[in-house]
Amino acid sequence: MSANFYYGIEVFLNGLMAGVMYSLVALGFVLIFKASGIFNYAQGVMALFAALCLVGFQSGQIPFAHVINATFGTEIHHFGWHMPALLAIVCTLMMMILFAFLVEKFVLKHLVNQEPIILFMATIGLAYFMEGFGDLMWGSDIKKLDVGIPQGGNLWLEENTAFLGGDDFYGFYIDNLDIWATIFAAILVTALILFSQYTKTGRALRAVADDHQAALSVGISLRVIWVIVWSIAGFVALVAGIMWGSKSGVQFSLSLIALKALPVLMLGGFTSIPGAIIGGLIIGVGEKMFEFLIGAPFLGGATENWFAYMLALLFLVFRPQGLFGEKIIERV
Amino acid sequence: MLYREAGDFKTSYAKDQQTFPILFDRWGYFIMLALAFIVGPMIINDYWLNAVVLPFLIYSIAALGLNILTGYCGQVSLGTGGFMAVGAYASYKLMTSFPDLNIAFVIILSGGVTALVGILFGLPSLRIKGFYLAVATLAAQFFLVWLFNKVPWFYNYSASGQISAPERTIFGYAISGANALPHISYLFCLTFVVILAWGARNLTRGANGRKWMAIRDMDIAAEIIGVNPLKTKLTAFAISSFYIGIAGALLFAVYLGAAEVGEAFGITKSFLVLFMIIIGGLGSIFGSFAGAAFMILMPVLLKNIFVGQMGWPTDLAAHMEFVIVGGLIMVFLILEPHGLAALWRTAKEKLRLWPFPH
Repeated sequence: MSANFYYGIEVFLNGLMAGVMYSLVALGFVLIFKASGIFNYAQGVMALFAALCLVGFQSGQIPFAHVINATFGTEIHHFGWHMPALLAIVCTLMMMILFAFLVEKFVLKHLVNQEPIILFMATIGLAYFMEGFGDLMWGSDIKKLDVGIPQGGNLWLEENTAFLGGDDFYGFYIDNLDIWATIFAAILVTALILFSQYTKTGRALRAVADDHQAALSVGISLRVIWVIVWSIAGFVALVAGIMWGSKSGVQFSLSLIALKALPVLMLGGFTSIPGAIIGGLIIGVGEKMFEFLIGAPFLGGATENWFAYMLALLFLVFRPQGLFGEKIIERV
Repeated sequence: MLYREAGDFKTSYAKDQQTFPILFDRWGYFIMLALAFIVGPMIINDYWLNAVVLPFLIYSIAALGLNILTGYCGQVSLGTGGFMAVGAYASYKLMTSFPDLNIAFVIILSGGVTALVGILFGLPSLRIKGFYLAVATLAAQFFLVWLFNKVPWFYNYSASGQISAPERTIFGYAISGANALPHISYLFCLTFVVILAWGARNLTRGANGRKWMAIRDMDIAAEIIGVNPLKTKLTAFAISSFYIGIAGALLFAVYLGAAEVGEAFGITKSFLVLFMIIIGGLGSIFGSFAGAAFMILMPVLLKNIFVGQMGWPTDLAAHMEFVIVGGLIMVFLILEPHGLAALWRTAKEKLRLWPFPH
């Protein structure tokens, strides 16, 4: 086998790993869409916000330091302590739960019974708000996030696969971080499935997803469920934020992963958790392989920007509800 | 007092259906037009033109276009930036390939090219609906931006990858390029705005507009009563893209002068125009203008307050702007989902009865 073939396999594996990262973001979308019928555009910004808070807590930044400095002419930056990673994660999780509560209280409560498209636009507004708010709170410089997940190429794998391809092949290069992301994603999905299948709250969540009015009539509080769902989505956003933040630094562009997650959703269907995972893998592998085989040699590269959307678009023309979505039944 | 219908009798159907049925409104409209065309050019200067007036005029055209598609026909599009890029690059290619062609025709032809591209990307809308379509239009956005970035033919193989508008004149006055005069470019854009707004108003209240609205309200029901969804959706895509293409061409040729596709026509533009029609009011011609004015004026105002008055650094002010824009969108959607246009309608209803409301 030629070395090129093995490079192809390496690209394939890395595509799978990238796909897992997309799935992590897409999961948050699916959770909220299932439970409240809201297409939450702010999911990407939630990941950014969670990562910003995490870094902020860890390094002991003073919230709104820039604003305070600009208004009162002071020079404050840090509290001067370093929080252990685990404590910071717990604090961030509290923030996300508080955020879920506030969103429900100030936005969603007032938009009950509005058309889905109005709700979607409200979440775009929410995304803008959060983006500005996060930057005001923690500053907009690029931050380094380190919670102790090993990074860099996995040497063991590289050394043990080098013999495969002959002299000009040095073994598969796979980032440790991606491997950990895959493990976390697997744990997360298992936990979510167990939670929704075997707990009382999980059953209530599924009831709400099935039919709002029927759920209300048997005494399930929609508002409590919404807070819970947004908190879980906040938790998923935190995991995605940690992974993406460790990989590429915490900065504005982190919120753009939401855009990357959209084709994943279209492919997998808006209502299916396994769909989000498999859709992510297909998109990840598809765009990496397309770039490797066709994009870079023939089209001038950077095809990753649009390939996922085109793939999803073509796919939807043949199956409008996505791979695992519920069949769309329209009635007059 | 002035604003009432008493004594204003309509004797024909045409009169009853006119755009401004109230005499006061009608006169107000003509006086506004006269002021815009006669007094406007006399008092306009470079600062006002570039900071407020030109962006307002150009984005109103884009907002009109998106409102036809999203507000009237109910097809949510996030590809506005990409379609504006098509207009801009079409006008650039036309200007450089046919130097003798009048700039007004160049702009209109660019709109036509964009309409064709719009039809192409509108085709999936027959199968895909709602959110799925919104995401599908993102494909247009990212693909078009990538295309204009990667294929050198579109930017005439220039080293920087930028396009810059050569000088073109109309009736002997420079419209584009370095020597353009403020009042001439103002009048040029204003003419386009007035004609296109007139066209949009009449399209949307005629047979086409009714079909669009039928599709928006419930597409299956519309199909059953004999509205052809293929034709209706594609005309909406075509006309909307025509407007957006003209806006893109004007933005590039008259306002920016030089443009780099990722920066000038990125995804943020798509959202900007979408916000305009949400805040202004979906399915309203007046709303398109109100939304464009709001979204253009507010950043200028905020910048003056935070940077000018309070002495904040510009990056902090920019973040504050995000917070305020996002917050306002949510507030608008909660308090008045139909935007500024609905507020204006309510105000008019009140004014008709004022000062004796009973």
